[in-house]
Amino acid sequence: MLLRVFQWLVGSLFLLHVSMASAELSIEIIGAGEHQIPVAILPFGGDGKLAQAINDVVVNDLLRSGLFRMVDAAGKSPHEIAEVSYPDWQARGAEALAIGAIAVQANGRIEAKFRLLDVVKQTELLGQVVSASDGQIRAIGHRIADLIYEKLTGDKGVFSTRIAYVNRQGQYFRLVVADSDGYNEQIVLSQNQPIMSPAWSPDGSHLAYVSFETGHAVVFVQSLYTNQRKMVAGFSGSNSAPAWSPNGKQMAIVLTRDGSSQIYLISPDGSGVRRITFSGAIDTEPNFSPDGQYLLFTSDRGGSAQIYRMPVKGGLEQRMTFGEGSNFSPRHSPDGKSFVYTHLVSGKFYIAIQDFQTGQMEILTEGGWEKKPSFAPNGKLIMFASEARERGILATVSSDGRVKQRMFTQSGDAREPVWGP
Amino acid sequence: MKKLLISILLVNLLAACASDKPVEPAAAPVVAAEAPAPAPAPEPAPVPEPAPAPVVVVDPLSDPHSVLATRSVYYPFDVSAVQEADKPVVQAHAKYLSEHPNSKVRLEGNADERGSNEYNLALGQRRADGVKKMLMLGGAKSGL
Repeated sequence: MLLRVFQWLVGSLFLLHVSMASAELSIEIIGAGEHQIPVAILPFGGDGKLAQAINDVVVNDLLRSGLFRMVDAAGKSPHEIAEVSYPDWQARGAEALAIGAIAVQANGRIEAKFRLLDVVKQTELLGQVVSASDGQIRAIGHRIADLIYEKLTGDKGVFSTRIAYVNRQGQYFRLVVADSDGYNEQIVLSQNQPIMSPAWSPDGSHLAYVSFETGHAVVFVQSLYTNQRKMVAGFSGSNSAPAWSPNGKQMAIVLTRDGSSQIYLISPDGSGVRRITFSGAIDTEPNFSPDGQYLLFTSDRGGSAQIYRMPVKGGLEQRMTFGEGSNFSPRHSPDGKSFVYTHLVSGKFYIAIQDFQTGQMEILTEGGWEKKPSFAPNGKLIMFASEARERGILATVSSDGRVKQRMFTQSGDAREPVWGP
Repeated sequence: MKKLLISILLVNLLAACASDKPVEPAAAPVVAAEAPAPAPAPEPAPVPEPAPAPVVVVDPLSDPHSVLATRSVYYPFDVSAVQEADKPVVQAHAKYLSEHPNSKVRLEGNADERGSNEYNLALGQRRADGVKKMLMLGGAKSGL
């Protein structure tokens, strides 16, 4: 127990600045997991520059999770099991060791062969070949990091997943999709009218979002493969807060066409609009449960904004949050056992998590301007919008609140982040 | 208590509505209510010319001393009903609109960032709808 406390203290004082290839992106990590696994990621063999680039991605991914401690590999770089001297690595305190080599195929594809070794048991945990086209060096690194993460923690890795967010520079708005570490940005939409509330289709092929390009809020769905888009809801008044059902066949949206902001179901092609809340108050920000049976949403029907839950098919609408302050932007955890939301009290925004069964709420962040949380697909990390150095930035916190990171993306303000598949 | 802003931007048919972007657009809904304009609308005198001895009838809308010069009403936190003190302003605009059916008004409901963007959008919409309802009760016609 004492060791644990000590680790936590050290962890919270530890601030790592990972500087990577691009000068435009920097990531700060604060805190550390309860049990950090000491691991050595050895420089991969083969093409030096490529190997280095892939190694860097793997190391930075693992560090960002807060669950690993890098054991210095200086001077030693075996690429084959036969060359590994386990006692050396035991002496250095490593529990696991990754070795590998990069090869460029005749057709230009890059192939990474790597092995993960258990230093204590002196066995191979994993041996795999990961390959990709030459434009996807980072994807290879993320994949290897995912495999190592999964093997050593038992949870799925999320380094290969993507995020979406809105970048704002003055009156200029861009809808951005990027790797979960902020690299590899793609601009989905760029305009001088506001964009908000991006939402991933469950298969990651489409983004729904709200655009003000026609002068009022309208919901679009856009393919990330073809860039073709379709206006799903452009009724009189505001059309906003799109959310996908887990099977991707239905969306919940918020319309004001019949009066105040109410929740409706609609097909992703814009057909079959059906109203499902009838409060006359503000009902907004619907989010489907992973089993597709329930919606969480924000409503001010009780006088202040709070989180409510209702069956998608209609029925009892239940208030979920109580106590001081108001609450916004609920999202289910991937296992459906808890939800995160934005908690506002005494003028400060916090990210909070609440267990469905116990009803217990836990605040995960220090408070300030922290909004719009969403879970990583493995449920271990939560991304949210924050502010630092007078800029809107993306931030993550582990679902136990221990590890935090701040991502300073390119210039402008990052807003409305959402973690995708 | 900090007051929140709802701006009523009165846009005369002559005035180009170029500068009516929401102040904090990510949080600001826009309601455009336009009085139906009978086509081709006869336009009132444009910008007074520097010609000798012009007879200019001052439109009360451009009179800085008129109650119509007030284009914004404010709300307490998380409130969307027009405050008692602001009702004469909205009513005066309603009267003007009913007497000038060719005039258009663009309503913008705003909220500060003390909520999520989606909640603020809904709040701003409700504020704008409240003002729209008052304007229509006062004789203005909905353009939508």
